Amino acid sequence: MTVTAQPAVGEKALPGATGPTPRRRTGRVRRIALPYLLLLPALLLELLVHLVPMVIGIVMSFKELTQFYIRDWGAAPWAGFDNYSLSVDFDAPVGEALLHSFFVTCAFTVLSVGLCWLLGTTAAVYMQETFRGRGFLRAIFLIPYALPVYAAVITWAFMFQRDNGLVNHVLHDQLGLTDSPSFWLIGDNSFVALLVVSVWKGWPFAFLIVMAGLQNIPKELYEAAAIDGAGMLQQIRRITLPSLRPVNQVLVLVLFLWTFNDFNTPYVLFGKAAPEAADLISIHIYQSSFVTWNFGTGSAMSVLLLLFLLVVTGVYLVLTSRGRRAADV
Amino acid sequence: MSSQSLSKRSVPKRSVPKRSLSAPRSPMAAPRSFLWSRRIFLTLLTGFVLLPVYVMLSSSLKPLQDVSGEFRWVPSGLTIRPYIDIWSTVPLAKYFVNSLIVAGAATVFSVVIAIFAAYGVSRYRFRGKRLFTVTVLSTQMFPGILFLLPLFLIYVNIGNATGIALFGSRIGLILTYLTFSLPFSIWMLIGYFESVPRDLDEAAMVDGCGPLGALFRVVVPAAVPGIVAVAVYAFMTAWGEVLFASVMTNDTTRTLAVGLQGYATQNDVYWNQVMAASLVVSVPVVAGFLLLQRYLVAGLTAGAVK
Amino acid sequence: MNAAPLRISLREGTPDVMRRTRAAAASAVTVSLLAAVTACGGGSSTEGGSNDSPKTLTYWASNQGPSIEADKKILTPELKKFEKDTGIKVKLEVVPWSDLLNRILAATTSGQGPDVLNIGNTWSASLQATGALLPWDAKNFDKIGGKDRFVGSALGSAGASGSDPAAVPLYSMAYALYYNKKMFADAGISGPPATWDELVADGKKISKDGKWALGAEGSNPSENIHHVFVLGKQHGADFFDADGKPDFTSDGAVAAVKQYVDLMGKDKVVAPGNAEYAQNQSLQDFAKDKTAMVMWQTAATTLKAHGMSDDEWGVAPVPVQSGSPGTDTAVNSMVAGINLAVFKNTDNIDGALKFVKFMTSDAEQKTLNKTYGSIPPVTAAQEDPAFNTPALKVIRDTLAKSAAPLPQVPNESQFETAVGTAVKELFADAAAGRPITTASVKEKLSEAQQQMPKK
Repeated sequence: MTVTAQPAVGEKALPGATGPTPRRRTGRVRRIALPYLLLLPALLLELLVHLVPMVIGIVMSFKELTQFYIRDWGAAPWAGFDNYSLSVDFDAPVGEALLHSFFVTCAFTVLSVGLCWLLGTTAAVYMQETFRGRGFLRAIFLIPYALPVYAAVITWAFMFQRDNGLVNHVLHDQLGLTDSPSFWLIGDNSFVALLVVSVWKGWPFAFLIVMAGLQNIPKELYEAAAIDGAGMLQQIRRITLPSLRPVNQVLVLVLFLWTFNDFNTPYVLFGKAAPEAADLISIHIYQSSFVTWNFGTGSAMSVLLLLFLLVVTGVYLVLTSRGRRAADV
Repeated sequence: MSSQSLSKRSVPKRSVPKRSLSAPRSPMAAPRSFLWSRRIFLTLLTGFVLLPVYVMLSSSLKPLQDVSGEFRWVPSGLTIRPYIDIWSTVPLAKYFVNSLIVAGAATVFSVVIAIFAAYGVSRYRFRGKRLFTVTVLSTQMFPGILFLLPLFLIYVNIGNATGIALFGSRIGLILTYLTFSLPFSIWMLIGYFESVPRDLDEAAMVDGCGPLGALFRVVVPAAVPGIVAVAVYAFMTAWGEVLFASVMTNDTTRTLAVGLQGYATQNDVYWNQVMAASLVVSVPVVAGFLLLQRYLVAGLTAGAVK
Repeated sequence: MNAAPLRISLREGTPDVMRRTRAAAASAVTVSLLAAVTACGGGSSTEGGSNDSPKTLTYWASNQGPSIEADKKILTPELKKFEKDTGIKVKLEVVPWSDLLNRILAATTSGQGPDVLNIGNTWSASLQATGALLPWDAKNFDKIGGKDRFVGSALGSAGASGSDPAAVPLYSMAYALYYNKKMFADAGISGPPATWDELVADGKKISKDGKWALGAEGSNPSENIHHVFVLGKQHGADFFDADGKPDFTSDGAVAAVKQYVDLMGKDKVVAPGNAEYAQNQSLQDFAKDKTAMVMWQTAATTLKAHGMSDDEWGVAPVPVQSGSPGTDTAVNSMVAGINLAVFKNTDNIDGALKFVKFMTSDAEQKTLNKTYGSIPPVTAAQEDPAFNTPALKVIRDTLAKSAAPLPQVPNESQFETAVGTAVKELFADAAAGRPITTASVKEKLSEAQQQMPKK
């Protein structure tokens, strides 16, 4: 991502840029306009689907937008900062629930991204060398990424059923690890269930990116290290992981944003009312707006979330870019 | 058509960064302990990945009264009935076609638009470039729930004002999904295009190509793997989306992701049919995905590393 | 909507054709975008409807039959009849329950919706508050044959009391107690329980060796609400006071919630596993002789699909605290059902009213309710012998004598979410073996109450 902040290397004036003749002038106007024209479709779509709706969403967050007013939201009364003060009043149940949901989401995101990255990297490193069946395994590992989300998650929900599910059949009936069959879709374990599904679905993406990144590490580095007498683990620590740094910087950020905002997984797994322990913020906001017809409060919560993510991403980019630059020297 | 044959035809040989699919072999022979740990780790991981697939398959072959019964590793009393019933319980074929159209079109447009934008960013210096890239990337942070209702209102109002039916139509959904995948696609392609040497486009322009000619005759062919990667990503984004589809589609335009929920009715959930339908619709996607994965691997390398 | 300058400036620098097209397209998009932003919301269309397109109607039906496709097959011939009678073509869409409320919400917000639609009757007051639905005043009722054709309790769940109903009843249902005859015989129980004490006593005889007395859908907030509402009535509590303000923590309400959850926690007649049920698993357990009783509305079709024949189960009224079902504290069911509503901004108001008249006519009421296994909310149609089977007779009597509508307040959906989820969490606690006390129930309900909108 840092690439975008600096002018790309090797940009130069294209031939024909320097004449005052009319024809050349059109050429110049054209050339100034060209990059903008290239960006125009993307920009328009972003405006239509992301930016303008977001501005409207921000406006809505200052309105009292309940079922009494949704028919004509423009005419809904202004609520000032009421929706915000309701959302951040952490002593009252609404704010308390939001804060709880926020912490749950943070914990979930950190664990999920961490595990996805760990599984993906480990698998990619193990599969760096060719061995028999590697292509086949790689194909299998990509299945979770390719299955439609609904199909995959509904299957997990089926497996997590307490009385008839596979998970308890294995843990309780066959291995005898638990005294009684555990609940996975309600209560505290639902956090674990959500995490398992999220990791199952997310790690192949990390695997792909890291696997691809590994291919770019020059062979010579390993050869040199081997001559120095570095063992397998040392090679991984001293060459593989540092070389993956730029890949990881982006991978972790993208995984973080996707996981944090993930709506589909908890929605399919738990339905409209997620258990407290797995009450992710996206579901929580859905419940505070769509299910209870209160779009003003829902929008206010979304705006708060957006602000948080902006700050985290900004800090992350500044920190990792600095680290990266230092490492490159 | 492989990436190599394409690139050979259109560009001088030396310039295309070829990446062999087999990773560099570590010159040191791996110790036994490494081989064993690899065997164990990969076996466990394969089990983890395939477990739900197995459950899908075995449940999809059971009669309804057995499927919700206690789980057994080896199911008994198998039937292929669910695979017949899925087509009449919900209009599965129609949903499948809708999903293909929506995801396919979203993919094509997303890729084309991302190519233009990425080319602009990677090849030109201009005012507002940084603002553009930062803005586009920041859209990844918007919670979908924040703009679902506003977007819906915009679509309806555009429809009222211009007669273009965006809401409830496939077009509206296509626009939405292609924009969802656009930021990451642009970002990946910027990285990839920058790895295509610049003297190539210049050579093409000396030969009389315009900038767009250079893009399509030189840069795009050299970037085929990256473009395939972006396409797969865009397709998967549109294929699985639930929230927007549940509000923005109707009977005729409903996509699979929400349509599959039709197997859960007020009084009963046809678990066996849900599983059967999920498998049936997944097979073509998984197959296509596996066919494309060699490009994907090569493509992500360049995009991500830059 | 001032996009003209933009168009000009774009054209100046871009002389070639391709770019001109693109610029034109761009400005078109910009114009519409600005239009979209400046024209706030929908709903600005004609109030009270018009007759601009008198030959077509769009109808959203809810999923009442075994599947969406089945519903289409059931309804299409009826709609053809209507078309033959009136020349009006009805475009049918069967909307799955998972999407229905969101779709209605979106239609309300944007004004882009069907002409006629089915709504769950518990949503009536909430949707009424949006002002998007046509109020059924005396004049409109006259056009469909008058208000007194309908059963009183069904009309009572079509909108806030004291205002014109927001919809008319289409299908009615009530809860009954389904019991498994074989399991009752095995446990030596002669007949279904009439009071909760009897149910618990019988239940203790049944609940052993992996078998359980009663099923519950503990993770389904709406189901939870239906049952605790009725128990609340039996304890003399309403969840809203006379002004429509939430009152979740009254002694009666707390006792009702506690009694319901105690069936699992204290009395142990409901299997702990039911705490996670939300997809009618309890009905499947019933069909498999694992659970002896369920409180359900229409179960026959599903039971058959799971391999249980009609003579293996019986139907009785849902238990009461004492005595026999009746009004006030002897209420033993909510009024369940589907209402038919007309969107105010329809462009075929006369046609919509004709369609409602058709759907609520005696003949259609008999046909449709027979097919769906529900009870006609039209008194005259109830006479049909088809609604006199033992199972339907119980439900019909319940509807007529001892069913009460859920609170008809605008915040009903918030109530369902807040209290229904609270009960779900209490079930989860009970299933985990944590004690359920009056204090803990009260605390949960008070949290739920504080989540209700202040206004």
